[in-house]
Amino acid sequence: MTIVAEAMPSSLAAQARESRVRRFALTDSLFRNSTRGAAILVLLILGGVGFSLVVGSWEALSKFGFSFLTTESWNPVTEKFGALAPIYGTVVTAAIAILIAVPIGIGIAVFLTELCPRPLQRPIGIAVELLAGIPSIIYGIWGLFVFAPFLQTTLQPFIINVFHGVPGLNSLFAGPPYGIGMLTSALILAIMVLPFITSITKDVFDTVPAVLKESAYGIGCTTWEVTRRVVIPYTRIGIMGGVMLGLGRALGETMAVTFVIGNAHRISASLFAPGTTISATIANEFTEADGTLYTSSLVALGLILFILTFFILAIARFMLLRLERRAGA
Amino acid sequence: MSNASSLHARRKARNSVMMTLCMAAAGIGLAWLALILGALLWKGVAGLSLSVFTEMTPPPGDAGGLLNAIAGSIAMTLIGIIVGTPIGILAGTYMAEYGRFSKLTVVVRFINDILLSAPSIIVGLFVYELLVRPMGHFSAIAGSFALAILVIPVVVRTTEDMLTLVPNSLREAGAAIGAPRWIVIRSVAYRAALSGIVTGILLAIARISGETAPLLFTALNNQFWSSNLNAPMASLPVTIFQFALSPYEEWQQLAWTGALIITLTVLALSIIARSLTGRRT
Repeated sequence: MTIVAEAMPSSLAAQARESRVRRFALTDSLFRNSTRGAAILVLLILGGVGFSLVVGSWEALSKFGFSFLTTESWNPVTEKFGALAPIYGTVVTAAIAILIAVPIGIGIAVFLTELCPRPLQRPIGIAVELLAGIPSIIYGIWGLFVFAPFLQTTLQPFIINVFHGVPGLNSLFAGPPYGIGMLTSALILAIMVLPFITSITKDVFDTVPAVLKESAYGIGCTTWEVTRRVVIPYTRIGIMGGVMLGLGRALGETMAVTFVIGNAHRISASLFAPGTTISATIANEFTEADGTLYTSSLVALGLILFILTFFILAIARFMLLRLERRAGA
Repeated sequence: MSNASSLHARRKARNSVMMTLCMAAAGIGLAWLALILGALLWKGVAGLSLSVFTEMTPPPGDAGGLLNAIAGSIAMTLIGIIVGTPIGILAGTYMAEYGRFSKLTVVVRFINDILLSAPSIIVGLFVYELLVRPMGHFSAIAGSFALAILVIPVVVRTTEDMLTLVPNSLREAGAAIGAPRWIVIRSVAYRAALSGIVTGILLAIARISGETAPLLFTALNNQFWSSNLNAPMASLPVTIFQFALSPYEEWQQLAWTGALIITLTVLALSIIARSLTGRRT
């Protein structure tokens, strides 16, 4: 009895331990592989997006070929589609938005890092970032009902009057003032990308070593000189990364633009004229598109937008990565 | 001497001009936030009543509420989170734990960051090609799936960041008592990073609860109550889009009220998320 009692536990324990270790090894490799599978799934999603867009746009691309990119007309009745007007609208609105948002964003970042009293720093930083969290449809409805009428009755007539005698500018700001249009969309986009640019610029400003700034202050530089000659050169790549990230957002922004762009498939010299962007065209017309060629042309627009934003965002990430590596070294 | 002092005066003057401009920029940023929220409150509160939450979306020119849109939004957001979160957490776990130094992690991180800011309308097109076209009709499943794809990158990013912050000594302590790796991850690393991971999920909810573009041609819209996941379903953002662009005053008012509800939800979620970690991730 005693012999059995002593022999049994040791062999049983060894057996139990072995089976437990085997079970652990199994569950661990199971868990490991499922995490790895999920990581690979992220790659597959992006690959799948690209692949499905190519498949979906094949009909349009093979019919129109390269001329799809250079044709302005967009006519569902005759089934002739060209992407030039939406591409033009997308690029122009995003570019104007960036031109407006970058100086303001850098200004806010300088204010937050150099000027702002400490107790206010965090609340203001958070408030600006909250702008980033507001869904784009809110900007859209605000733009349509509040901002566009405001522009129509005040700013636009004023600008048209001021510039109507100036050659060049008078065609850029030609009437009538609709309220909605390219410029309104660009302004709304500027408001939307401002928080992204601000928060990244502020983050990269914070990476400047205090020693560098202090030595500049030590030889008598003013705050502006420190910012202009030390902080901005040191963080140039990071700021560029933030700007590109903002540009990527502006190019792909859909709802805010859809409300205020006017959805007109033509290229006008005037910024006050209604236009369209790639995303606004898709949002407005996709569910109403009848005929496979129409749908396929819209998917082809999506493919162009995908390629455009992919490269812009990739460049942005590369720049931010380079900065990170330097900060780590 | 006078030359030097005038140079000094010029530099000081330029400094004050630039700094005033910076302050003005901050003022503009804050004023814009105030303007948007102010207009939203002003127009949205006017239509806020109990019937908004108890009645269905009305036909044109009639009074009604947003009940089916709110319910649809909640349902699709919930499914999106339930599908997207585990995938995101697992991928983030691989990047911070098993594969912290692997090449795959570098690639996935790069691609994930691109997905994070990719235009959401592209995701809508993808799901249309993947689910709606083969199924032959719009459905709430497709809408939820599109939202899940938007959830994944947010959760991946925060999970990886938060797990990387967990000190290695904790993991070593777990390994030293003989716990296998996945138990260490489950009961040590996850627990230490819990608040951060929850923050990520909250941010993901905030992100998708206002998304309109990916739902436009996946879930479409539905004027009536529907609990059928295999059929088109209403959602708050798409309803706002439709109602705001309509010529009917009742619909426009409901759009404003819906916009107010979404904004308050999103702001509340991001404020809770922020207070959980104390710092933006």
